Amino acid sequence: MSQKVLLNAKEVNIILHRLACQLIENHNDFSNTVLIGLQPRGVFLADRIAKILKEDYKVENIKLGYLDITFYRDDFRRSEKPLEANLTKIDFIVEEKNIVFIDDVLYSGRSIRAALTAIQSFGRPNEIELLTLIDRRFSRHLPIQPDYRGRQVDVINSEKVKVNWKEHDNEDSVYLIEK
Amino acid sequence: MSELSVNHLLGIKYLQEKDIQLIFETADHFKEVINRPIKKVPSLRDITIANLFFENSTRTKLSFELAEKRLSADVLNFSSSQSSVKKGETLIDTVNNILSMKVDMVVMRHPNPGAGVFLSKHVKASIINAGDGAHEHPTQALLDSYSIREKLGDVRGKKVVIVGDILHSRVALSNIFALQLQGAQVMVCGPKTLIPKYINELGVKVETNLRKALNWCDVANMLRVQNERMDISYFPSTREYTQQFGVNRDLLDSLDKEITIMHPGPINRGVEITSDVADSKQSIILDQVQNGVAVRMAVIYLLASKIKQ
Repeated sequence: MSQKVLLNAKEVNIILHRLACQLIENHNDFSNTVLIGLQPRGVFLADRIAKILKEDYKVENIKLGYLDITFYRDDFRRSEKPLEANLTKIDFIVEEKNIVFIDDVLYSGRSIRAALTAIQSFGRPNEIELLTLIDRRFSRHLPIQPDYRGRQVDVINSEKVKVNWKEHDNEDSVYLIEK
Repeated sequence: MSELSVNHLLGIKYLQEKDIQLIFETADHFKEVINRPIKKVPSLRDITIANLFFENSTRTKLSFELAEKRLSADVLNFSSSQSSVKKGETLIDTVNNILSMKVDMVVMRHPNPGAGVFLSKHVKASIINAGDGAHEHPTQALLDSYSIREKLGDVRGKKVVIVGDILHSRVALSNIFALQLQGAQVMVCGPKTLIPKYINELGVKVETNLRKALNWCDVANMLRVQNERMDISYFPSTREYTQQFGVNRDLLDSLDKEITIMHPGPINRGVEITSDVADSKQSIILDQVQNGVAVRMAVIYLLASKIKQ
């Protein structure tokens, strides 16, 4: 198994700041916006973006939630591994809100499809956007594209993109792993 | 571990402790789901479940049906009083006829102990035992333990007394297995005639004085006297039973500590428990009912994930 660095800590940091600025450009003071990190790996990115918005750009009242999509996935009984659920934490109403879904890697688009269904259980949002750190090009199974993209990469199916976070994996980095 | 060690839920005695933990962790997620504005997830939309009730039930049947519908499964309901069982059809024939309509899972209540085990050996479907005679009622025991865990934080180390008609109770047996598996101490309390002869072999304490039992325990699970299963008289009168084994406010107030009161339902108010106790803050009877849906969703979801396509 070989691995190659796609992004190092410095590059990740620059990209996160750019994504935060792009969000501010479109959502101003975030008064009607909620950020939703998708479980399991999207929540690290969502936490980080929320932190940068609060601390570096002084945006008050960031509403941040986590959404687990396990029960909405379309590969129940089809995947080799059993699906394990994670915590959903949305303690606000999403009715008429502008939602930004946040996930680390966009691959087939099926997780996002599941998230679009799952979020309906919490109300009818005004609009939903998608932010991803890594966009795997030419790999989509569904017509889903990100509105905010950290880095676009060309990766073949036998390769895996792994995003590491300081809080969880001891470093900020993105690796391309050949299986 | 994210998979059950069994393909059917026939009884608690076939489970391992990690199975129970997995069911509880999954039930936590479903409890969050059933408190959302929209209480439904699409996980089981390609699964069909038959609820076969060869014996009367209100709570369990409604709870299973709701759990199945919350998971988006297709549901078939069958009760023996309106069926060809009355015309002499055997259990295997009845179930195989239903399964030939492409049913993936069977939830069954049956008056005969071991009916679920028997069925699991003869038909190709995942079986959930919803009560087989006086043998086991595994989902009730799971939701009881889940409710204790929710109220007291953990089941391990807790002292639980099961009061009443132990002899005819499938709830008692499943609860004893489940509580012991999770490291709780179990006592049974009731008239000697309603305590099974070999109960000591299960490693439970026996007490015939209710006050002593309640002073010992953290949780008291009050059972109903199952008159419909009694062919002879086991105690002189209901009044005398209530005086010795019924819980009332005065008795609870006279204890050294505040204990938690449970009841699997249906309640005979004024017999094993008075209304002021059943409706008090110490009682978690309605929490048990709500948790029943979440726990059954977890069991169905986890068993369904093991059905091969």
